[in-house]
Amino acid sequence: MDKMTQLLKLLEKTDTIEINDFRMDFDELEIQLMPAVQRMVQQVAQKQAAVAKETLPTFEPFSPPVHDYPGEVAEVQLGAGSRKPVFLGGQTALYRFEEAQPNAPVVTFDVFDIPMPGLPKPIREHFGDVMEHPGEWAKKAVKDYGANMITIHLIGTGPKVMDKTPRQAAQDIEEVLQAVKVPLVIGASGDPVKDPIVLEAAAAAAEGERCLLASANLDLDYKRVAKAAVDYNHAVLSWAITDVNMQKTLNKYLMKEGLTQSDIVMDPTTCALGYGVEFSIDVITRTRLAALKGDKDLQMPMSSGTTNAWGSREAWMKKDEWGPTAYRGPIWEIITGLTMMLCGVDIFMMLHPSSVQMLKEIGNTFTRDYLSTDVPDITNWITELE
Amino acid sequence: MQLTAMEIYRLLPKTNCAKCGEASCMAFATKLSDKETDLELCTQMVANEMEELENQLAPAVRVITIGKGEKTVTMGGDEVLYRYELTYYNPTPMIIDVNDDMDEESLKERVKTIEEAEFERTGEKLVLDGIALRNSSGDKDKFAETALKLKSSDLPLVLCSLDPEAMKAALENVGDERPLIYAATENNFEEMASLALEYDCPIALFVPNDLEKMKEISRMIRSKGVKDIVLDPGTYVDEGIGDTLDNFVMIRRLAIEEKDEDFRFPILGIPALTWLYEKDEVQGGIKEATIAATLMNKYADMLIIHGTNIWELIPILTLRQSVFTDPRKPQAVDAGVYEFGELAEDSPVMLTTNFALTYYTVEGDLKTGNANCYLLVLDTEGRAVDVSLAGGQLTGKSVADLIKDSEIEDKVKTRTLIIPGLSAPISGEIEDESGWEVVVGPRDSSAVSDFFIKLKEKQEAK
Repeated sequence: MDKMTQLLKLLEKTDTIEINDFRMDFDELEIQLMPAVQRMVQQVAQKQAAVAKETLPTFEPFSPPVHDYPGEVAEVQLGAGSRKPVFLGGQTALYRFEEAQPNAPVVTFDVFDIPMPGLPKPIREHFGDVMEHPGEWAKKAVKDYGANMITIHLIGTGPKVMDKTPRQAAQDIEEVLQAVKVPLVIGASGDPVKDPIVLEAAAAAAEGERCLLASANLDLDYKRVAKAAVDYNHAVLSWAITDVNMQKTLNKYLMKEGLTQSDIVMDPTTCALGYGVEFSIDVITRTRLAALKGDKDLQMPMSSGTTNAWGSREAWMKKDEWGPTAYRGPIWEIITGLTMMLCGVDIFMMLHPSSVQMLKEIGNTFTRDYLSTDVPDITNWITELE
Repeated sequence: MQLTAMEIYRLLPKTNCAKCGEASCMAFATKLSDKETDLELCTQMVANEMEELENQLAPAVRVITIGKGEKTVTMGGDEVLYRYELTYYNPTPMIIDVNDDMDEESLKERVKTIEEAEFERTGEKLVLDGIALRNSSGDKDKFAETALKLKSSDLPLVLCSLDPEAMKAALENVGDERPLIYAATENNFEEMASLALEYDCPIALFVPNDLEKMKEISRMIRSKGVKDIVLDPGTYVDEGIGDTLDNFVMIRRLAIEEKDEDFRFPILGIPALTWLYEKDEVQGGIKEATIAATLMNKYADMLIIHGTNIWELIPILTLRQSVFTDPRKPQAVDAGVYEFGELAEDSPVMLTTNFALTYYTVEGDLKTGNANCYLLVLDTEGRAVDVSLAGGQLTGKSVADLIKDSEIEDKVKTRTLIIPGLSAPISGEIEDESGWEVVVGPRDSSAVSDFFIKLKEKQEAK
């Protein structure tokens, strides 16, 4: 074997050659590689390329993970006649980067037909002067705090509260209808026997104004509530207790009574932050996903009784080591509502003006397209933050 | 997607040797599928089989640990987009910032506040998880010195500087404690990635509002051999929050549904940016908590927060506890009779439900109030009072059965039951079914002590 062949034989299984203590002095150097060496170099290069490929497969450029949804959420109009209408729902996708939603989430302020001494202090501070008159109360919520809608709770009709008659309830509704031009949600007292009768009287008093009657559920004569809505052109709140199947059943029953998808808003029940909010997260997420997958019985917009948050002791209980309730209460309401909003809820029943403000700020971004907003330069936040 | 027990079983040795502590390989596979045991417990697998299964078992989102020894916090590990599909893993670490312009005294004080912040809920102590040091001075020596001072803290560190020189200086002091390097950007990723490799530290990638670019850089630092990456697509706190949410959701979808290797990492949100625009302590606190909650709801695996007022932190900590509760485990305690304080034949008897939160709240209040009473706990399948009332688990009949089955009638002479205020509508029904007299108690158990005092006064007056 000549020296070159011997060398090549030696190099056969070699990827690299390291030469130590080597020195060469020359003016000009021309290297001629033998074909065998060239082949070897090529092979090694290919081998290395193959190794690199094994660890990182080919680069797929970024593309937004957008889904196709066979179903969509129905759009429900609230407010007609002398009311300026508000629209709920209408989503054709789960997220904004897939398709921005046509209508922003809506907030409706809670107003009561009695002064409600039990309301937390941070609320009474804002409404203490108008709580004797539901009309004045509603007016203040709209004028001073920008309410999209008003919920009038006819708590006073409860047999154990003031046992107001359906006729008195109708008068309260008329008072609120006169006072404001926003659409109304009409709530009863939670008495399964009396509620349908009260809601019927209220529906008649608000004929043609397209209010949301709250609520129809499986514990009361929902047929009567549905009929009142059909007869006087209102929508119905369909309330189930954190149970997708119960919700489906109730919606089916309501549609048998002549209501359509566009006449129903669902309340899958809002459990407050720290008091089961995760159950509501699951149920509301599943409900919205079912709607987008095409389940006709669950394609209605959703509502949240966010006010439930004020029942949490973290929101109201005086305890120095937790800090002032003046801040805790509103935050509890915001985060409860916000969590529901991020799962797809369309309308929020709330109490505190600053909670409403914060929720709306985030909700309003849902109708805008991805990357269509001017954003500030945050690259230097590390040094700019105080 | 997550492997089923059957798919895992096929890759196990099927010897049923039971050395892992499970009766059979199938039982072990089931536990592996639910992430309730560790693959390393299997002694029968050869290295390459083990590696193969390990790869397949790796969660969609990489698990990353910051810190070393006692000072660690872990994030990531999620497999699903929605918690009801399985559960979320590793509650979002909440990291509080400090900066290198602070004087010794204020730094000490702030670190103490962070370490001591605590909020107890349903028997669990909720705490903060780490400290993020910002190189606000822009000076590398100051950064390194402050990092060294933080070495004595109980919490793991995040080092925040976009200057590789400063980062290197700080890592020389604390690099052995595995801090998170924040951050590699499009301008410095070569140097920062080298530091991450040299010091074996996880590294955050900060590419605001540009997922296309983020993917490219993630790819490039991965090809250098960096494995532990955290993604920060930028946190916008005003109208830009919509874009931030979109970015978070897209990253997570790509990781879970597309198995996009460049995005299979934990996501970092920085609600602290609120304070760039909001200087009022109360408004800023409310807003920062709101942003934190928004991001935690949509896949933030780690948060950097600036405010330390407890009223701001409590709601975020509570949301974290709720969202990361395992939906597969019923949140219930055993039904039956529970005893509090010194008891006698005439001790009062109270009723509540077996929803864990309800029970622990009542228990806490009875203990704080030094109450002496029996507490009957009704099996409502883990539902709260109002929910079980509506759902039909809390009825006159079920309460009557509980009174009988618990044999409370052998323990007390009294035949008076104090029921939760929220269950007042069925007080008559309970009386009819059980033959006991019913007294409606307070709506919230925090009022129970006062209630007992008044009850006693009434009885004595009689």
